[in-house]
Amino acid sequence: MQLDPVILFFLLGFGAGLLKAEMRLPSAVYELLTVVLLLSIGLKGGMELAETDWVRLLPQLGGVALMGVVLGLLAFALLRLSRKLPRSDAAAIAAHYGSVSVGTYAVAVAFLDTVGVPYEAYSAAFVVVLEVPAILLGIILVRGLRPDNGWNEVMREVFLGKGVVLLLGGLLIGLIVGAEGVEPLEPLFIDAFKGFLALFLLEMGLVAASQSGTIRRHGIFLLGFALVFPLLGAIVGGLTAWLLSMSLGGAVLLATLGASASYIAAPAAMRLSVPEANPGLSLTAALAITFPFNVLVGVPLYYGVLNALYPATGG
Amino acid sequence: MKRKLLTVITEQALERQLVQCIKAAGAHGYTITEARGEGERGVRNADFDQGANIRVEVICEASVAQQISRELHRRYFRDFAMVLYLSDVEVLRPEKF
Repeated sequence: MQLDPVILFFLLGFGAGLLKAEMRLPSAVYELLTVVLLLSIGLKGGMELAETDWVRLLPQLGGVALMGVVLGLLAFALLRLSRKLPRSDAAAIAAHYGSVSVGTYAVAVAFLDTVGVPYEAYSAAFVVVLEVPAILLGIILVRGLRPDNGWNEVMREVFLGKGVVLLLGGLLIGLIVGAEGVEPLEPLFIDAFKGFLALFLLEMGLVAASQSGTIRRHGIFLLGFALVFPLLGAIVGGLTAWLLSMSLGGAVLLATLGASASYIAAPAAMRLSVPEANPGLSLTAALAITFPFNVLVGVPLYYGVLNALYPATGG
Repeated sequence: MKRKLLTVITEQALERQLVQCIKAAGAHGYTITEARGEGERGVRNADFDQGANIRVEVICEASVAQQISRELHRRYFRDFAMVLYLSDVEVLRPEKF
């Protein structure tokens, strides 16, 4: 299997970070990269939605939202059964793993483009739908139905995070103007996608390396969870795709989403709503372990397994 | 004229709540800058959203500064990375603060 060049950018960042090289992207650049990636993914999905009868997708969206809840509950159950973590930490980590990472999704999209497997670009809508339920679940698992900071504040945090706003915004713009309307924007958002992704991964490599020092502090249990849960999540994602009769490419995307852990929306929301949970635990697991694992090993693995097992009749 | 300068260094995630608290206590203004550093809760190097710190400065009357300090202490000291200190400052236009 050929190595995707964007992966090498991740390794470059990771290596440079471990060696403490004098390199750092300004945080404004990282912000911009995130914005462009979110809008690119949204626009691409919106363009496809413009061509499809998207009312047909409503049951799929429901199924995917359910998947988010199942993933969160599964993670919480495993963490609690281990008796290693207090309830608040277990719930916070479950919220991260039930929610999803757009960066990982982007890597899977780039991977599918490279190997030439078609996929449902409207899966971008699934990313939006998956971001939210597990975060709400995590809060409810600790606080019940009455969060300290009130539901208004929680909803604001969850629905007005940049992930949801920009993905949804991109989807809507793509849906409204269609492929023709997006054409003048293509050089930036479609053609340059991989370039932006490469820069984004360079920065993510640096961040993952800077977080990796904390892995030892949190012990072998967290490391194990952050490596094993993605595999379970990928199985849940693959099964969901099969139940929703998506194509092979779509199944790889959903498996990747199931395997991924949020490091933008979930940390911000959980920090404010469940402040007693140690943010270092979930962020280390999601950023320093699960993200690199998915980028380097997970995505090709999910593709390999699904390619062998997934019924050709899907989609 | 003497006033208090209240400085809070804390997690960026708290910015909105902090501003609300400052205004509710009756302060007339505040200044926020991005910050990085290292302390009890590890390096906060701002290379990533969740690791970012802010520094909030408020110049106000002593009673207002006390009230904000008490409120922040009660709400955030236990669970958040937060450093808070008060200093005396001379201001030229006391009516402004």
